[in-house]
Amino acid sequence: MADLTRLTAAQTASAVASGEVSAVEVARAHLDRIGAVDDRVHAFLHVDTDGALAQAAAVDSARASGATLAPLAGVPLALKDVMTQKGIPTTCGSRMLEGWRPPYDATVTARLKAAGVVILGKTNMDEFAMGSSTEHSAYGPSHNPWDLDRIPGGSGGGSAAAVAAFEAPLAIGTDTGGSIRQPAAVTGTVGVKPTYGGVSRYGLVALASSLDQAGPCARTVLDAALLHATIAGHDPLDSTSLAEPVPDVVGAALRGDVAGLRVGVVKELGGEGYQAGVRQRFDEAVALLTELGADVVEVSAPSFPYALAAYYVILPSECSSNLAKFDGIRFGLRVGEDDGDPSVEQVMARTRAAGFGAEATRRIMLGTYALSAGYYDAFYGQAQKVRTLVQRDFAAAFATCDVLVSPTAPTTAFRLGEKLDDPLAMYLNDVATIPVNLAGTPGMSIPVGLAPEDGLPVGLQIMAPAMADDRLYNVGAALERALLERWGRPILEEAPSL
Amino acid sequence: MSTTTHEAVVAYDDVVARFDPVLGLEVHVELGTATKMFCGCSTTFGAAPNTQVCPTCLGLPGSLPVVNEIGVESAIRIGLALHCSIAEWCRFARKNYFYPDMPKNFQTSQYDEPIAYDGWLDVDVVTDEGVRTFRVDIERAHMEEDTGKTTHQGGATGRIHGADYSLVDYNRAGIPLIEIVTKPIEGTGKYAPEVARAYVTALRELLRGLGVSDVKMEQGSLRCDANVSLRPNPESPLGTRTETKNVNSLRSVERAVRYEMTRQAAVLDAGRKVVQETRHWHEDTGVTTSGRSKEEAEDYRYFPEPDLVPIAPSREWVEELRATLPENPAVRRSRLQAAWGISDFDMTAVSNAGALDLVEQTVAAGADQSAARKWWLGELAREANQRGCELADLPITPTDVARVEALVSEGALNDKLARQVIEGVLAGEGAPDEVVAARGLAVVSDDGPLLAAIDEALAAAPDVAEKIRGGKVAAAGAIVGAVMKATRGQADAGRVRQLLLERLGVSE
Repeated sequence: MADLTRLTAAQTASAVASGEVSAVEVARAHLDRIGAVDDRVHAFLHVDTDGALAQAAAVDSARASGATLAPLAGVPLALKDVMTQKGIPTTCGSRMLEGWRPPYDATVTARLKAAGVVILGKTNMDEFAMGSSTEHSAYGPSHNPWDLDRIPGGSGGGSAAAVAAFEAPLAIGTDTGGSIRQPAAVTGTVGVKPTYGGVSRYGLVALASSLDQAGPCARTVLDAALLHATIAGHDPLDSTSLAEPVPDVVGAALRGDVAGLRVGVVKELGGEGYQAGVRQRFDEAVALLTELGADVVEVSAPSFPYALAAYYVILPSECSSNLAKFDGIRFGLRVGEDDGDPSVEQVMARTRAAGFGAEATRRIMLGTYALSAGYYDAFYGQAQKVRTLVQRDFAAAFATCDVLVSPTAPTTAFRLGEKLDDPLAMYLNDVATIPVNLAGTPGMSIPVGLAPEDGLPVGLQIMAPAMADDRLYNVGAALERALLERWGRPILEEAPSL
Repeated sequence: MSTTTHEAVVAYDDVVARFDPVLGLEVHVELGTATKMFCGCSTTFGAAPNTQVCPTCLGLPGSLPVVNEIGVESAIRIGLALHCSIAEWCRFARKNYFYPDMPKNFQTSQYDEPIAYDGWLDVDVVTDEGVRTFRVDIERAHMEEDTGKTTHQGGATGRIHGADYSLVDYNRAGIPLIEIVTKPIEGTGKYAPEVARAYVTALRELLRGLGVSDVKMEQGSLRCDANVSLRPNPESPLGTRTETKNVNSLRSVERAVRYEMTRQAAVLDAGRKVVQETRHWHEDTGVTTSGRSKEEAEDYRYFPEPDLVPIAPSREWVEELRATLPENPAVRRSRLQAAWGISDFDMTAVSNAGALDLVEQTVAAGADQSAARKWWLGELAREANQRGCELADLPITPTDVARVEALVSEGALNDKLARQVIEGVLAGEGAPDEVVAARGLAVVSDDGPLLAAIDEALAAAPDVAEKIRGGKVAAAGAIVGAVMKATRGQADAGRVRQLLLERLGVSE
């Protein structure tokens, strides 16, 4: 059999189910690949070789005993280190949680295990998911497989890089302001932020509770749909989890038909501030949608330019509260308890000062300030009003369009270190992805080509109304198929070999 | 033991002659739900530390809360019983502050959107002019979670300062609490301490009637914070208040309010300002001491809890709950008062002693109402006071009391023996009949031994016998007393007297 790491998740699952290949062989191939390239990519913070092989062996014996396998049984996956896995180190990219082994599985983790998905390990990320480059990881950045001197996006750069570097066909990401979609865009992979509440947040270490959402990272739209279907659905452990049935994302990914579909191009997400090559590939993809029979129109979302500012009030506010539990009392890092005769407050303060990196500290301070008495209405209250306006803009746009599209990120992958000292420039990476998080609606990024000026991948973002995640997959699959026909081979085949 | 310097105080009568007190009471009630407010952990009291915990109530990374529906239902029922409006839509909020017994370093509570608001509770207090009803307006009742419990080890005070180390038990973390807050209680004048006590007593009775909590103050399932301020007269603006915590019994509520009034009056008399602060009540010394000052208190940075969806109780549900509320305590009091045929004064005494349920149950078990009241407000109230516990927590049941009373009416016990039986039950010697048997306390009803004892007593005091024979019947008491002593009190004194007089051939 050919290189097992080059198969899609769907192909792998089918090969395992038919007995053509064993899940253990698939797992070993990926563990070998990780061993061969991850010293350069640094997608993983922890590789669970024994656990992965044991899970793969369990799938093989289930098959041998005649059991019906779940659609992704035996397929390897990389889990973002923000998701708990019982007994496996979970650091969230922070010193604060170094050495912490959660006593419980996140609901996503539990569903993956139950579906026979083989979890290879935990992927690198910006500390507590704050960042767009993984450079804010306490354990060093991940590298973009297209150019190791460039960022793989963030915060889920490790997950995207693992998928792009063929270390895993699938990964779990989490997306608070674009942390699945922007890494997908800059690595030439597919990433989906489901409808808020579509996937359980139980066991996802919260950054901003009202914005966080876990979702799939993959190399194809169908693979993403298969993973989406595996992890989605109501969870009684998450009050914000939706009770509605999961949309038929796999059916939509298999269909891929945009004839007669009304596609809105969001005027405010594009133009100035967007790299020329990004705009070019985006425009070509939109033209392709027209060729495929879609009815493309321009729509305006006048409040979107304020979304970024509102986001940087809401997120730090929630995160300042969510990260309060990291105090050295019950788990994780504890600093300075033997230095003098410190009070409990001093130990908490020392621990937090030592444990949080610069970006986490910055956002905790911003949020603490924004929620303070006397400032709440001017900041948090005002930001929530903007959030409502963003939701109204989406509602108005979806009254005339089935889906909306925009570039996923304003630029292709930038160089490591390029924006590290300029938080605002870093924040602007998420300017096109943030509105979706504020509205709680779903969004997908798919690769639509390489920017002529730098040869790096460009992502197109598809946006749909809440609980219409299937539309993302329908449109994504149609574009993916047409682009593949045009290119002759998958875009990742263009990446330099590692 | 607290080591506090006593502050100056003004005599109480002097305080109320020159100042008008205003109260505000915040009562925290631990609900008696089987599981915690936001997770499935057990709420049983007294389990080994940190055995009733899970990722959610330990605040582990990634964990999430889910609202306990029985907790919401209890909150609505409490709100309805307090004549509150029930919110059509409300949210939880995070109250952010760092403390080791707060697993998440924020408490999930409610802020500007309480589930119940604008209610009232009437309380009766005995005044110089008879029983008077005070209406206490309720500002709000809201849902929140309890914290863990910190024990400070080492050091002299048992408090965090000076402790060598501290232990935290998270079993209590996440237990549902309802906080009931009054509006400023004005117009109570010199009865402020009694009104405070009567309010907490009435509230406790109401909560017990609802079956939502075991309302045990000494176990902390009902906790009261008392806000007190003074002003020169009812027309003046409100004075600066203090908030006294650690008020763990009904008696303490009254004492703490009274003490704060006398202390604040002394501060004001000295031309100083009352500091807005949290104060700590010391049961042993009967004083309050300064806790943290509210001026340096933290900004809690409240914001709506994003991990929970809003609560929107349907009007149908609220009406359903209203329809199934137990009898209103005030209505119940009137009904029982009429049934027992007692005065307002006597009824208020029963209510404010927290004895209503006990007396009612004792009567239901067959005792006469006056006997039931006599036991619970007399002997047993003294015992509870001595032990520093609530009447209901004495190790004796209304059935026990009724049984003792039955033995008295049957003539098997006299008053003195009955008290000994009660004492035996309280000492854990078993049910009344067991105590009677074990202690051999039955009244001697066989005339034989009594006559023998009478003869013996007469022989020992021939002069007294002579006096009685001579018609000085009043002297019979001495002989009866001797016989009672000889029979260790187990005789029926009336019968002894009757037999004695027969023996000597005299009549009354």
